[in-house]
Amino acid sequence: MTARSLESGAPARERAASPSLWARIWQNDAPGYLFLLPWLIGFFGLTIGPIISSLYLSFTDFDLLTDPNWVGASNYVRMFTNDPKFLASMRVTMVFVIFSVPLKLAFALAVAMLLNRGMRGLPLYRALFYLPSLLGASVAIAILWRQIFAREGLVNDFLSIFGIVGPSWISTPQYSLWTIIILAVWQFGSPMIIFLAGLRQIPQDMYEAASLDGASKWRQFVKITLPLLTPVVFFNAIIQTIEAFKSFTPAFIISGGTGNPINSTLFYTLYLYQEAFGFFRMGYASALAWVLLALVGLFTAFSFLTSKYWVHYDD
Amino acid sequence: MTDAPAKLTVVGANRLTPTQRRIVSVLMHAALLTVSVFMLYPLLWMLAASFRPENEIFTSASIIPSEWSLDAYVRGWNGLRTGFGTFFTNSFIVSILSVCGNVLACSMAAFAFARLNFRFRSFWFAMMLMTLMLPYQVTLIPQYVLFRQLGWVNTFLPLVVPKFLAADGFFIFLMVQFFRGLPKELDEAAQMDGCSPWRIYWKIIMPLSMPVLATAAIFTFIWTWDDFFGPLIYLSEMKSYTVMLGLRTFTDSTGESDYGGLFAMSVLSLVPIFLFFLFFQRLLIEGIATTGMKR
Repeated sequence: MTARSLESGAPARERAASPSLWARIWQNDAPGYLFLLPWLIGFFGLTIGPIISSLYLSFTDFDLLTDPNWVGASNYVRMFTNDPKFLASMRVTMVFVIFSVPLKLAFALAVAMLLNRGMRGLPLYRALFYLPSLLGASVAIAILWRQIFAREGLVNDFLSIFGIVGPSWISTPQYSLWTIIILAVWQFGSPMIIFLAGLRQIPQDMYEAASLDGASKWRQFVKITLPLLTPVVFFNAIIQTIEAFKSFTPAFIISGGTGNPINSTLFYTLYLYQEAFGFFRMGYASALAWVLLALVGLFTAFSFLTSKYWVHYDD
Repeated sequence: MTDAPAKLTVVGANRLTPTQRRIVSVLMHAALLTVSVFMLYPLLWMLAASFRPENEIFTSASIIPSEWSLDAYVRGWNGLRTGFGTFFTNSFIVSILSVCGNVLACSMAAFAFARLNFRFRSFWFAMMLMTLMLPYQVTLIPQYVLFRQLGWVNTFLPLVVPKFLAADGFFIFLMVQFFRGLPKELDEAAQMDGCSPWRIYWKIIMPLSMPVLATAAIFTFIWTWDDFFGPLIYLSEMKSYTVMLGLRTFTDSTGESDYGGLFAMSVLSLVPIFLFFLFFQRLLIEGIATTGMKR
């Protein structure tokens, strides 16, 4: 119908231009969008849509079974004024992030520096140190950890050689979180590999020049290695911090899903899980998720904003 | 890898005598070996414990069992109402389907981003990078509601379908980096000869990208195999459990009394990952070094 009316009524120039415009769009854009189609469906259906609807749900009392009722900001208000478990879980996650990430990165860098000195057997060591990173996220390793730090576990067996009688580390509130921090630091292999790749990019003649000028190893590290490595440090720190915020399995397995003793391993993600799938307080859990998003977003924005003061780029 | 460090030893040679250098090298190997032993001891200990007779597990911290026994494996395998055979089958099904989905869907998206021109390409690419930073908790509840309404709870679909929709942006990013390194002339020549984009993707780009596709496939397999959270919320009937859920149930029910069986099944659950590590270590390490993957 439209094609016919175009053919009869429109001036010849337009008639020629408009099909070719559409043809051009079809030819230029369609293949790209066709290849992108699965991702686009996923992006809208599994990411953007759910983000918006979880923002909405965070202002409701949704419980999965009945329709959500709008409750305003009361979920958020309750969180910060009347929910000790929220504050406890926030504290646990913060302590975990603040200690596990720097310790893990420091370990990774130290071992990478050692390995980068041209030792024989580098591939073997690299593989051995990487293995825990690969296995570490598994439930099996969390089970192993629970056993290692139990009252009659491996750690106490070892301590008993020196006549020390250790407590049950996982059920003592002061120590339980630290067993999970140790588990995280144990998996320093993958940032170590990234550090190794970064160290190889540093031109060796810089060190030669510096050592000819009599700079000590420590000075070379502080003045050459560290500044040139800051982009890699930055990258590792961002990735590891986001991962640390999301950590769930070890705390779940080690505490049997409870976050005990006295909430000392109640990771934020674990608390969110309990609220959503234990008590079906889906509205409240959505609000918890948005606070987590805000936290991760703030952290990332802060890192990027401050990065220009300490991350050294070549250009 | 070997060139740069060799140079560094030359620098060291200016100051240290050969004997001193040997001492430094011995000390460093000693330090690294000590760290390795400390790190790997728990793994070896678990392996050993799984072969110990039941009464001996907690009596010694040493690695070598006094006698080797497969009892724990037999007990563990049948320790729950549903056997671990079912859990392993389920895990393999989910992991292999996820690998197919990720390799196919992510490479298609990556091909579009790296090789095709279309409107708003850089906008979509930026969106894709944003999703990398997103904590999954934010989409968790609406996704759960969606999959529940579709009647997918207690099936593998919620675990697998997102992979076919390229939900894991890490792999798109990894593949884009690789595709961009392939010579552009290949596509142009093929286009001259009248090749469609689909044929260019399937006949030229994909065959040339085997290393990156293999890396993505292996990491997808390992991450899916290890995944605990997804199965935890979507699978509630024991016959559809994956290995990780089976292990967790084991710890809850009999774990306290039968550590041997629990350890034996834990060891078995790590075997597929360890095999990948053994045979594709180089690919994995290069994959991490070039893109900085999280694990």
